[in-house]
Amino acid sequence: MSIDFASFTPLSAAIGGVMIGIAAALLVLLNGRIAGISGIVGGLFRPAAGDVAWRLAFIVGLILAPVLAAAFAQPPTVTIDADYPVLALAGLLVGIGTRYGGGCTSGHGVCGVSRVSPRSIVATLVFMAAGFATVFVARHVVG
Amino acid sequence: MQNGKIVASAFAAGLLFGVGLVVSGMVNPVKVLGFLDLAGAWDPSLAFVMAGAVAVAAIAFAWTGKRAATLLGAPLALPSSRDLDRRLVLGSIVFGVGWGLAGFCPGPAVVALGAGKIKALAFVAAMLAGMLAFEWIERARAGAVAEETGQQTGQRS
Repeated sequence: MSIDFASFTPLSAAIGGVMIGIAAALLVLLNGRIAGISGIVGGLFRPAAGDVAWRLAFIVGLILAPVLAAAFAQPPTVTIDADYPVLALAGLLVGIGTRYGGGCTSGHGVCGVSRVSPRSIVATLVFMAAGFATVFVARHVVG
Repeated sequence: MQNGKIVASAFAAGLLFGVGLVVSGMVNPVKVLGFLDLAGAWDPSLAFVMAGAVAVAAIAFAWTGKRAATLLGAPLALPSSRDLDRRLVLGSIVFGVGWGLAGFCPGPAVVALGAGKIKALAFVAAMLAGMLAFEWIERARAGAVAEETGQQTGQRS
């Protein structure tokens, strides 16, 4: 392992992380909900009365975030190397996996770890390990 | 109107969450893959994002734990399950593989959609298809179970 100091951005990472933490805090303190993106999106497939509008509002907020960030002179850098077949497969796996696993990086990784939930801590360790292993195989074994 | 406040606060939380993903750089799959590539040139930034987020959110969750309702009077809808079951582990493995393939998890993919990335649209469409497949499988299983119990009651009568 060697640290890529050219790409490493600890300060902006921590500042962005604190913003994510405040957002998760707002959603639980005001709405009583976990800021888990897969759960918020996936819940739309089980629409219940009074449970749809807040989900859509949160998602619209996410979508408008790059527009707001660009207005404050921080247009997002988004480089997607994966080609379409890989994106389709990856999206499918992320969709099914997060619903069976009951959460993703936000629901388990941020909120669940913050709540010291044993399920979330296990899930986070497992999906991190699977992510490390997948990139290792893709870049250093196959690639 | 109470519901209006709930919707407004969800919008504000989503917006701030998304800006956090942009500022932290996590909306960029190349940066996320740089974190997941331990054997290559490693970019530890994602760990700093998690640490910053958890440090703040942990305070809110600790405070929430002692309350029955939120500041807006909404009920607390927090998961109570503590089972470390096969679904949790297998689901997280499948998610982690997908995450490692493209460098996208659900939040950043939705935010990248707002940045006008067509490739993010492809990923999100596939992700929604995966979530829909989950619902169909679960409903088919629930239906099969209901039918089975129905037959058993039928036999008994």
